[in-house]
Amino acid sequence: MSDEMEDLYQEVILDHNRRPANFRPMPDANRTIEADNPLCGDRLELFLRVEGDRIEDVSFLGSGCAISVASASMLTEHLKGATVADAEALFAAVHAVLTDEKATVDEERLGNLMALSGVRRYPMRVKCATLSWHALKAALASRRPDPVTTE
Amino acid sequence: MNIAAERPARNGPGWSPGAIPDAVRPDFPILGEQVRGLPLVYFDNAATSQKPRAVIDAVADFYRHDCANVHRAVHTLAERATLAYEAARERVRGFVNAASANEIVFLRGTTESINLLAHGLGRDWQAGDRVVLTAMEHHANIVPWQLLRERTGIEIAVLPVTERGELVLEALPDLLDERTRLVAVTHVSNVLGTINPIAEITRLAHAHGVPVLVDGAQAVPHMRVDVQAMDCDFYCFSGHKMFGPTGIGALYGKADLLAALPPWQGGGEMITRVTFERTRYAAPPQRFEAGTQHAAGAIGLAAAIDYLSTLDMAAAAAHEQALLARATEGMQALGGVRIFGQAPHKAPVISFLVEGVHAHDLGTLLDRKGVAVRTGHHCAMPLMDFYGVPATTRASMAFYNTLDEVDRLIEAIAYAREVLQ
Repeated sequence: MSDEMEDLYQEVILDHNRRPANFRPMPDANRTIEADNPLCGDRLELFLRVEGDRIEDVSFLGSGCAISVASASMLTEHLKGATVADAEALFAAVHAVLTDEKATVDEERLGNLMALSGVRRYPMRVKCATLSWHALKAALASRRPDPVTTE
Repeated sequence: MNIAAERPARNGPGWSPGAIPDAVRPDFPILGEQVRGLPLVYFDNAATSQKPRAVIDAVADFYRHDCANVHRAVHTLAERATLAYEAARERVRGFVNAASANEIVFLRGTTESINLLAHGLGRDWQAGDRVVLTAMEHHANIVPWQLLRERTGIEIAVLPVTERGELVLEALPDLLDERTRLVAVTHVSNVLGTINPIAEITRLAHAHGVPVLVDGAQAVPHMRVDVQAMDCDFYCFSGHKMFGPTGIGALYGKADLLAALPPWQGGGEMITRVTFERTRYAAPPQRFEAGTQHAAGAIGLAAAIDYLSTLDMAAAAAHEQALLARATEGMQALGGVRIFGQAPHKAPVISFLVEGVHAHDLGTLLDRKGVAVRTGHHCAMPLMDFYGVPATTRASMAFYNTLDEVDRLIEAIAYAREVLQ
């Protein structure tokens, strides 16, 4: 692969796409939200079980491109057991690293999510990476969130 | 007058199909572009085709030398602009073999043409009246009828397609009765490439007194169209898909049917007399051309038609079929590639999915190899639903593409699969 390509399709992204984490239904979820990206036909469903101010469990199902699946997979890994405030802060950090070249990036906090930063150079693909994160934000903001769409 | 200029017969009939790309590629400046450090392979022709220098120059020359508002003044530039604009209409007439230039309306493109017809034809339709569409229509030939349905309560019937991507023509007569007001069908599917038997469809529809509208957007770049031979009632297409400029297209309608349509938009140039009490509308085609017209676009479209007239279209079509065959065989040889649209009679359009690879990832990875394709639903979501897929990748070819470019596409697909699987 060329260097530039490695930028987008890093091994960590390819791995998450091949074997997504927390890719399962959640019968006892108390927040469920659908998210779709009509441009490429990605459709994800995000499940959360929120108790008090803590995300006890998070999972997802659906189909999408490697970028959207990997992003959702990493989201679930990062947020299982996190507080709602942590999740909101992480949303802001991820959103910044995906969309703003000049953002100050807390690489330590983002960890493997830094692998997604390559999409900044592919403006047509940013929505793929942000899809599950916008779903998360809507699910945290409302008990009965409206479906999220990137268009 | 640039568009009236005699063009030397650089390329006569009797070309060998294989010689076509070498002969025509120098005419298309953009084909020399590099993408990601590699020579561009442009296989997104069904979205928009590239423009020969003759078209680019015709548009630029209009603005440089002849720019004036058409039909408005008596000064020299206005006269030149008006003559060129009306000469362009005559070129379009010849291009589709309409009986009269008055049957050609300049509009922004196929979408606007269909919206005009849904508005105009639908004026007198009532709840329970029916328009027949097909399962392979572009959203441009679905949504205008749904908007009309919301206003009037008409019924939309859908002629199904087979798994191979052909219309189930046997089902058409059952959809034709005294409540059927129109059959609206695409000439060539933008997803499947299927070339539909329009003459057969008009024969069936006319037997029940039902007029036929044909969406010709994907047909005109690939084949000679003869509206009289097909006996369709309306035919519309866009300039930009046939090597002309964006923002210009044409609607053909049989003279008596156009004459029965109400105006589309109101404004200048579509009237004969305006008072505050009453306005008399112009006859077609001016009735449907309100406001300042896209004269540069019409002139560019005429230049595209002139350019196509220098080609041996039969040889060009044979070359396109060779491209399609090479791409189809290449994908089949790769294995794990599902091709949508297996009609025996196809334009050079190939929609496909690679097992284990999302269409969008494939699009990005092909772009890294300099290969431009379309990924997504191709504005044909009902057809995607029929095949049970969210999106496909589509390679669509034109006569300027080469067999080597097809090979680069196949290699790039193999590379993408290696990366992602």
